[in-house]
Amino acid sequence: MEWALGLVALSCVIALACILLFLFKEGEGIIGIVGLGDFFFGKSWSPTSEPPSFGILPLIWGSLMVTAGALAFSIPMGLALAIYIAEVAPTKVRDLLKPAVEILAGIPSVVFGFFGMVISGPLLQILFDIPTGLCALNASFLLGLMALPTIVSISEDALSAIPRTFEEASLALGATHWQTIRHVLLPAASSGIICSFILGMGRAIGETMTVLMVAGNAPIFATSYLEPIRTLTATIALEMGETVKGSPHYRALFAIGAVLFLMNLFFNVVAERMREGFKERFR
Amino acid sequence: MISRIAQERMWFATFRIAALTVLLFLFAFLLILSLKGARVINWEFLTQSPREGMTEGGIFPAILGTLYLSLGAVLLAFPVGVMTAIYLTFYAPRNPLTQAIRVSISNLAGTPSIVFGLFGLALFVKTFGFGVSILSGVLTLGLLVLPIVIRASEEALRAVPQEFIEASYALGATKLQTIRSVVLPAASGGILTGVILSLARAAGETAPILFTAASFYTTELPKSPFDETLALPFHIFALMTEGTAPEAHTRIAFGATLVLLALVLSLNLVAIIQRYRLQRGKRW
Repeated sequence: MEWALGLVALSCVIALACILLFLFKEGEGIIGIVGLGDFFFGKSWSPTSEPPSFGILPLIWGSLMVTAGALAFSIPMGLALAIYIAEVAPTKVRDLLKPAVEILAGIPSVVFGFFGMVISGPLLQILFDIPTGLCALNASFLLGLMALPTIVSISEDALSAIPRTFEEASLALGATHWQTIRHVLLPAASSGIICSFILGMGRAIGETMTVLMVAGNAPIFATSYLEPIRTLTATIALEMGETVKGSPHYRALFAIGAVLFLMNLFFNVVAERMREGFKERFR
Repeated sequence: MISRIAQERMWFATFRIAALTVLLFLFAFLLILSLKGARVINWEFLTQSPREGMTEGGIFPAILGTLYLSLGAVLLAFPVGVMTAIYLTFYAPRNPLTQAIRVSISNLAGTPSIVFGLFGLALFVKTFGFGVSILSGVLTLGLLVLPIVIRASEEALRAVPQEFIEASYALGATKLQTIRSVVLPAASGGILTGVILSLARAAGETAPILFTAASFYTTELPKSPFDETLALPFHIFALMTEGTAPEAHTRIAFGATLVLLALVLSLNLVAIIQRYRLQRGKRW
């Protein structure tokens, strides 16, 4: 029985290995065709023009831009909410806020995308007097909302996990509640809080439907948040349907998938390290 | 220099405003989508197939497709997930292999959903030859929700008091008997929460079914697991991006969005209430 259960448990490892294998098997050919340098640093993504070019730099630029925009909004907001829920809010308010954050986390990404197209897009268009509301700013705002629950719940867990004695010692020394939060609790929880930022960032980079629907999808080096951009994820979703299996275009899209997968792997390892460190401190 | 008391007041007020902003936004978000959607929804909308190039009629095939896909995915992930959780909680030795399992679970949980879509396309659709079908979609979504089932189950199993297990051993029960008759019943509430959450997640995902299961132009209901299907989240996306009649399509998309939100959020709400009750009213 133990063996059978162990075998089932291994399915996760096998699944992950298969994902990696297939992404590389289907994607590696593109490196042979365009070369590693031109794939990662090529400045033009136009897979259907003649001759095609498969440079993903503009897509990486797009992904980084919306992710940075999302974090600029969700980090301060998320941290404020986490501190409020963990330390300041009365029980009744907390019992309302925590489920609200969970509900926010439960909203499907296509619904955010739809909202961006029909509500916040037209609103931005009027507000900034731009030709279309489908732009980096709109995508950043919605992605920020989607990353918010991750940041709030993990930061709040980190703050709540600090032993009560830390807080009491600080208060006993005459510090105010805010001074205690600022100089005792936040530093003590810092690795957990940074972990929440990293996971929130992962969520924003990997998100597909919302950016696909609201970011405008122009593979250009935008210099302003009011311009449309195209991300790595949206490119796969947008173009996979038109490709032929085995063609350079098909391979290039799988290679983008591999890049996303490795990014996530990297973030996860870093986040996991931070969390381990956090656990060690308060054992 | 501002006094430290004033400083505290200022910061706490900022936090309060931040919390209020998020609450108000969430409320407005749901209210707008509900009001606009409610105008479209009627009995015909929920029970009829689309007509006239998707500008008339209902979204019944999409609702049905989403139910098939999400139930199938959870049916698949449930046994694998619970067994994995049992292994990790009660059997797994501290060794590199166990570590590898844990790392895999957390990576699977963070992998972008579009990458699952690519994987499903390469393995299930092309290599296994299942084509764009409900089966391919179910397998892909099942993999996506597996980490959710495992984590919720493991948490529930770990929450069972050690005394229960020791009492069972003291009565002469074997480890397996103890797990089956003592631990699993005590943890069932928590495991159920995980199942409901993964159902909601599977129902709301679009990217994994883009190339594995979803279609926009089928008007017939799927007859076998090898047929492609309409699905609610994909339907909303397709109406908004492939639509040829923007106004009529946006109207229908509002209705479909409200149906999807109602489905997903009510599942989430049930899970939240269930968890809350488990935390408050522990029977032990």
